[in-house]
Amino acid sequence: MEEKMNRANSPLNVDALSPEEIPGELFETLDDSEKNSEFVAMESKTYFQDAWSRFRKNKLALVSLVFIALMILAAIVVPIVSPYTYDGQDLTMRNAGSSWQHPFGTDRFGRDILVRVMYGARISLSVGFAAAILNLIIGVTYGGICGYIGGKVDLVLMRIVDILYSVPTLLYVILIMLVFGSNIFSVLLAISISSWVGMARQVRAQVLSLKEQEFAQAAYVIGASRKHILFKHLVINCMGPIIVNTTLMVPNAIFTEAFLAFVGIGISIPMASWGTMANDARSQLMLYPMQMVWPVAAICLTMLSLHFIGDGLSEALDPRER
Amino acid sequence: MTEPYVRIKHLKTYFDVTRGVFSPKQIVKAVDDVSFDIYPGETLGLVGESGCGKSSLGRTIVKINKPTGGQIVIGGEDITKLKGEPLRKFRREVQMIFQDPYASLNPRMTVGEIIREPMDVHHIYATRAERDARAVELLHTVGLKPDHIRRYPHEFSGGQRQRISIARTLALSPKFIICDEPISALDVSIQAQIINLLKHVQRQMGIAYLFIAHDIGMVKHISDRIGVMYLGHLVEIGDSNDLYFHPMHPYTQALLSAIPIPDPVIGKSRQRVILQGELPSPVNPPPGCPFRMRCPCAQERCAAEMPELRDVGGRKVACFKVHADFGF
Repeated sequence: MEEKMNRANSPLNVDALSPEEIPGELFETLDDSEKNSEFVAMESKTYFQDAWSRFRKNKLALVSLVFIALMILAAIVVPIVSPYTYDGQDLTMRNAGSSWQHPFGTDRFGRDILVRVMYGARISLSVGFAAAILNLIIGVTYGGICGYIGGKVDLVLMRIVDILYSVPTLLYVILIMLVFGSNIFSVLLAISISSWVGMARQVRAQVLSLKEQEFAQAAYVIGASRKHILFKHLVINCMGPIIVNTTLMVPNAIFTEAFLAFVGIGISIPMASWGTMANDARSQLMLYPMQMVWPVAAICLTMLSLHFIGDGLSEALDPRER
Repeated sequence: MTEPYVRIKHLKTYFDVTRGVFSPKQIVKAVDDVSFDIYPGETLGLVGESGCGKSSLGRTIVKINKPTGGQIVIGGEDITKLKGEPLRKFRREVQMIFQDPYASLNPRMTVGEIIREPMDVHHIYATRAERDARAVELLHTVGLKPDHIRRYPHEFSGGQRQRISIARTLALSPKFIICDEPISALDVSIQAQIINLLKHVQRQMGIAYLFIAHDIGMVKHISDRIGVMYLGHLVEIGDSNDLYFHPMHPYTQALLSAIPIPDPVIGKSRQRVILQGELPSPVNPPPGCPFRMRCPCAQERCAAEMPELRDVGGRKVACFKVHADFGF
């Protein structure tokens, strides 16, 4: 009996035994809870809930998001509640500094700069977001079709993209402005035409690799249509880069619009855009530098914020960061 | 004798792998002149080493790959040339389970959406509620819980994901499922669970399987018949016990002798057939028997002509030596 106990206490001896010889009392019954160890429960989170929780941790991006939200709100509200209009001149109040009446001062025609900056925000932001949405729709569809169908269709469509890419952007932006006139729609058209190309390339590359994945083939075997596979399976899986690209498209478009306005081929006066305001202020920069500071500050802060949001999103949406 | 449900006749799948415009044409004969039948409710196992074309064969039958030649007849209908709407109808009969349970489920869809998708695509039930109810029922069939329906694939283990995959294929109530190495990405303990689940649903619904794997032991366990492939050719096909215990083709013999035996005493005493050389490149293969370069009993004749698959005592073998033993 004592010898048996010794054997039981020494693990080396037990190892030397064949399974049949190990005494029964050495076995322990498994706890019921461990039998289902394969079924581990975890809080269920969708992809976007997960991304949002990561985005929230990025304070800079969050502050930027709040800033853009306030900017949009101000762009809507300020021109409505303000007693001044963007083109209303008050020749008794020319080149005024900041005061309670005119928080940002007035320009050389006595127009309220605050209202003009906010009016400019309307134009800049709507150009930015509209260009981003057009870029999203055209780029994703075009790139998705190229990547998914592949072969000769892809070859021809991508060569068209290459040709568009090789023409300097500014060249056809100026041409479009000349043909369609200087208004907000031709600015939008010009920016959209030049920008979707990058998106199309990116989506195509993603779709090319995703379509070889087994879940896309499983959908094909199920009998799903091409459209269904492309949008429900492929595009949805490259949503991360698409969203980031779209977000970064907004400041790009705003910048292009401001640049066009500054060199004098953007929207026409007396409409206010940040670019035209900066251009107006240029002639008396040495005397009234503040007139230049307001629109430029609006451009810079908006662009910076949008870039920070874009960076925050790319970090939050990139699965490799997990 | 019942009619076979699936008839594969001289099926060929070639891939053009020519690089560049001016280089000589290079063709990979992934599947070369393969014929077999599968009867309703039967499991045909298909084994062979990596790159022998067994997966290409399975993928050609569901038309992921385009067949180069031959015929695929399923349920009496030739589906080789089907396109569009008739092809979609055929999808309800034939489904496929993929190898990698991590890649075969869309990471952005919930389990419920994944299982409901085939029913949505084919408009099987009138209302969404009915489809949901069916999805829950299918989850139950494959041994998962109803509340898993709202979860995402990344929350599950490999075995559970493969169960979800099986539930998705069952959603269309197919009569034939191609299992493309459904267990090779799983743990050994989970493999047995999945095999048993597959057998269970087969008994319940009378589904025929083409079970592709490289583990001949596991294949023997699930299959009624086994086919052995080598370099795009079917070299031996027959009843699974027969083939497992009395392999005839030298390649099958080598394959079987490579199975590790979990008993060192028996393991030491058996004779292993160890093959020399590598699997030859499937690009522009030389004429004759594909196995002759590595075959321990190759003859001159093997280099000259390709042995055909002949009936020898209730099974089919493609080897001149075996044919000679049976007096052909």
